[in-house]
Amino acid sequence: MNTSIRRFFYGDIPGQESAGTPVPQGPKNDWPLWEVFIRSKQGLDHKHVGSLHAADAQMAIENARDVYTRRQEGISIWVVKSQNIHASRPEEAGELYDPAADKIYRHPTFYDLPDAISHM
Amino acid sequence: MPATLDYILHLADNALILGQRNAEWCGHGPVLEQDIAISNISLDLIGQARSFYQYAAEIKGGDATEDTLAYLRHEREFRNILLVEQPKGDWAYTTLRQFFFSTFQLLLFQRLITHPDERIAAIAEKSIKEVNYHVRWSSEWVVRLGDGTEESRARLQQAVDDSWPFVNELFQVENFEIESAVQVNELQKVWTEKIQACFTEAGMEIPETAGARSGGKKGIHSEHLGYILAEMQYLQRSYPGCEW
Repeated sequence: MNTSIRRFFYGDIPGQESAGTPVPQGPKNDWPLWEVFIRSKQGLDHKHVGSLHAADAQMAIENARDVYTRRQEGISIWVVKSQNIHASRPEEAGELYDPAADKIYRHPTFYDLPDAISHM
Repeated sequence: MPATLDYILHLADNALILGQRNAEWCGHGPVLEQDIAISNISLDLIGQARSFYQYAAEIKGGDATEDTLAYLRHEREFRNILLVEQPKGDWAYTTLRQFFFSTFQLLLFQRLITHPDERIAAIAEKSIKEVNYHVRWSSEWVVRLGDGTEESRARLQQAVDDSWPFVNELFQVENFEIESAVQVNELQKVWTEKIQACFTEAGMEIPETAGARSGGKKGIHSEHLGYILAEMQYLQRSYPGCEW
C-alpha cells in the first residue's frame, strides 16, 4: 500500500503554480515575474519579501524599491526571475524532512553552559 | 539675501501641481508596480511643496500656513509653469513630462544648494536624491517607449509634440527670479543636452521649433489649472478648517 501525505512547507507551492513552471504569457501580461529579496540592515541576510512583474532586471530593482522599501524596510535589494527558482516537491516532503524528526542529537542542546554566557 | 515670497511659492506650486497631476494615476496605473512608482513620485513632489509652503507661510506671516497657501489661493495667485498643469494624458505623456520637469528640477536644485538663503538650500539638498531618482525612472521610460513598439513610439512622439510648446517657459526669467541666485535661462543649454542624450538612446528627435506657451509664472494659466484647484480645494473651501 502506498499512501502519500501532502504537506506544504514554506516556499512550496502545489501543482501548476510551483516556481520553475513557466508562467503562461498572454498579450496582457508579458512581463516576467521576479522574486524580491531585501536586506533590512548591514550584517543581516537578504529575506524574501514577495514578487512583482518587470520587463528587465533594472526595472525589477526599481519596482522593488517602490513597492517594498517605501517604509525604509531595506538597504539592499536582490531580484531573481521566478522561473530560475526551483522548489522542492511537496509530494516528497516525507522523505525529505521527516527523517530529521527523531535525531534530536543534531541540536546542540546537550552541553552545560556556564551561567556567565548569555544569548546562546 | 533671503528668497522672495513669490519665488518660494513658484517652487512650491510647481511641485504641488505636478504632484496632484501624478496622483491622478493612483489606482489607474498601467501595472501595479508602476502605479505605486508614480504615486511615490507624486508624494515626493507634495513633500517638497510642503517644505516650500511652510517656509513661505513663515515669510508671509499673519494667519498663513502651508494649508492656506495650498488650498485658499486663487488661480491667478499660483506661480507654477504651464507644463505641470497640463492633463496627465497617457503614460507616454506623463513619463515624458516628468522627464522634462525632473531634469530641469535637478539642474535647478544642484544650484540652489548653494543659495544664500539657507532654508532654500536645505530644501534643495533634501530633495535632490528624490529628484535624481525621478530623472532616472522617467528617462528609462522615455527610452523604453521610444525604442519599443510602433505604438509606444507613436504615443511618445505625440507626447513630444504636445508638451514641447510648454518647455520654453522653464527657462524664461520672471521678475521674482531676477534676484534669485540662479538664473534659469542659464540652464537651458545643459538641459537640452541631457534631453538630447536620452532622445538619442530612444531614437527620438528634439523638435526644431521653440515652444511659445508661457504665462504660468505670471499667474496667467491654461484652462486646466482651474479644474485642478476646484478638485483640490473643494473640501477646504466648503468646510473651512476641516481635518480628518
